[in-house]
Amino acid sequence: MHSMFKRTAAALAASVAFAAPVAAELTGELRIFLDTSNPAPRATMEAMIERFAAEHPGLEIETTVIDREAYKTQIRNFLTADTPDVATWYAANRMKPYVEAGLFEDVSDLWAEPEIADNLASTKGAMTIDGKQWGVPYTYYQWGVYYRKDIFDELGLSEPTTWEEELANCQKIVESGRACYTIGTKFLWTAGGWFDYLNMRTNGYDFHNQLANGEISWEDDRVKQTFANWKQLIDMGAFIDNHQTYSWQEALPFMVNGEAAAYLMGNFAVAPLREAGLTDDQLDFYQFVAINPDVELAEDAPTDTFHIPANASNKEAAREFLRFVVSADEQTEINNGANLGQLPVNAQSSVDDDKFLQQGFTMLSSNSPGGVAQFWDRDAPAEMAKVSMEGFQEFMVKPDNVDRILAKLERARERIYEN
Amino acid sequence: MTIAADAPEQESWFHRNQQRIAPWLFLAPGLLFFMVYVIIPVFQSFNLSLYEWDGLGAAEYVGARNYEDLYWEWVDRDAFYISLKNNLIWLILYLAAIPAGLFIALFLNQTVWGIRLYKSLFFFPFVISQVVVGLVFTWFYDPTFGLLNELLGLFGLGPLNVLGDERFVTYGIIFAGLWPQTAYCMILYLTGLNAVDPEQIEAGRLDGAKGARMLWHIILPQLRPATFIAFVVTIIGALRSFDLISIMTQGGPFGSSRVLAYYMFEVALSEYGFRMGYGAAIAVILFLIMLCFIAYFLWSMYREERGH
Repeated sequence: MHSMFKRTAAALAASVAFAAPVAAELTGELRIFLDTSNPAPRATMEAMIERFAAEHPGLEIETTVIDREAYKTQIRNFLTADTPDVATWYAANRMKPYVEAGLFEDVSDLWAEPEIADNLASTKGAMTIDGKQWGVPYTYYQWGVYYRKDIFDELGLSEPTTWEEELANCQKIVESGRACYTIGTKFLWTAGGWFDYLNMRTNGYDFHNQLANGEISWEDDRVKQTFANWKQLIDMGAFIDNHQTYSWQEALPFMVNGEAAAYLMGNFAVAPLREAGLTDDQLDFYQFVAINPDVELAEDAPTDTFHIPANASNKEAAREFLRFVVSADEQTEINNGANLGQLPVNAQSSVDDDKFLQQGFTMLSSNSPGGVAQFWDRDAPAEMAKVSMEGFQEFMVKPDNVDRILAKLERARERIYEN
Repeated sequence: MTIAADAPEQESWFHRNQQRIAPWLFLAPGLLFFMVYVIIPVFQSFNLSLYEWDGLGAAEYVGARNYEDLYWEWVDRDAFYISLKNNLIWLILYLAAIPAGLFIALFLNQTVWGIRLYKSLFFFPFVISQVVVGLVFTWFYDPTFGLLNELLGLFGLGPLNVLGDERFVTYGIIFAGLWPQTAYCMILYLTGLNAVDPEQIEAGRLDGAKGARMLWHIILPQLRPATFIAFVVTIIGALRSFDLISIMTQGGPFGSSRVLAYYMFEVALSEYGFRMGYGAAIAVILFLIMLCFIAYFLWSMYREERGH
């Protein structure tokens, strides 16, 4: 699972003999831990690190790639002992335990530099805790409804923008013998995405944030309204059956086979859908519809990040690496379609020509006035996220239990946020 | 020089006590490791269960708060209650592996051509990893293309989503667990059957014992040691049931297939966990339950020893 590759300065010096010398000569060892274990992101990261190494021949860089799921538990060990100089993680509340335990380095100084302050302003909020910044983002991606355009055309449907249109569309899809949405809730978080959207559209971004921070009761009527909207879809048979048994990948074939018309998912779902044989003529994207016309649209756009552990030994080189990662050129390069296929965080970068990335970028930059959320399990504290997503899953299977579920979440809220 | 000459007459302390010390010396490495890896961690867990600790920051002493929370979860019919209830179901139903193993062993305890192959085929599920068993059964139960629903369909029944329905999920997982566990019990009984005294069977036969009576009065008493071991490993196996749950359902749907061991992992070590103190409190409860059985096993072994 672990793999290492070393790039010694000597090996690289030959290949970059003509590169311009860099002003500040960095020396020593730079150890980088990555959770980008899937083949494509891994290759992207390794190529990026090679480019960084080429600029700093005096630096001995050691990269360790750890399986994405295993990383989530291993990070607790390696932040305290045998610490790397740079490590990947996630923004917002997800980094809070490590910030509070003093394990992440305060990098506010980087954010004060004009290069970063001017170009990365949009993600600054997600990296800020207690008024300080604790890392830099390197990629983010939009969420939204990916749908089968050919099925919509066959049924004479167009992209909905309001809740009424959404329900009318869904009714027609159900009548044609399909499910409106595929979803696999075995690992719970997919249901969190649905809750994010329904609640942000029903009650707005600020309310959603307050709920994630434990400031609002789960038995509040506004929360109940969110669930009532959700129940409308469930009762009409909008979701595939037995979704509690599937992972998000296992739910993909329903859409590929045309048994379901759409999928509320992050942009990472596009690659497997294409690989499964759907062409860009069959596959399209629309922004989740407005429900309450009085609240501004807000979106989920999870951000992946780089951090410097507080116990790192080569912080100077680590800072230089962070500057390099967020630079406009690198951002364009690593987020393009051939690499991560996601959105660059630097405003000076260009977005890939891919139609989903273009639509996502437009949506996030001009049609998300309410704000940008990370994702339910990154915005809410881990414990609350776990309990609530279990509740969402139960609700999607047994919508009539809603009062019991909300009472349970309320009890959990009282316990979790008290300290 | 003179002092040295006196020395051999006086036996050294070690020499005098050699008989008493030697066993302890031989036991020392084992005792040391048992202390370090078993006894001390037990007390550490007890201690940790009185704290609230996320594994990173400072631990905060909260007294019996964690146990209080567990109590309220019990009262509210919440996760802890479900885990405990499922543990009980596991304990009871998992014991079915013992009679099942016995009957397969009796069935295979004959000399026909190729019996070794049949025996190894029956033993096969115990050899393969639990993870594989879990995956195979997950596919077997799959609601859309699983074999189970195909079979039920033949009789006009179903479809049944075993792993997605909170009423069936625990039974579905236990059934998967019984597959390798039965094989384990079978092998225990097969070795036991080798040691059955043929003279006693002969004597029984002369007295007219047959079939069930022969099994109950002549064979089973001689299989007592095998039954005892099968009982021990099955009870322990039921209480440690973790891997199958983790592979097949992750405790779902909505937490209805959790058992204490899995709940402890979820609370303390999983992606959304890190309530170390709370996890330790669950571990202590699990330990106390196991202690009842361990005490019983030790006691019956002690009785056995004295009997001889």
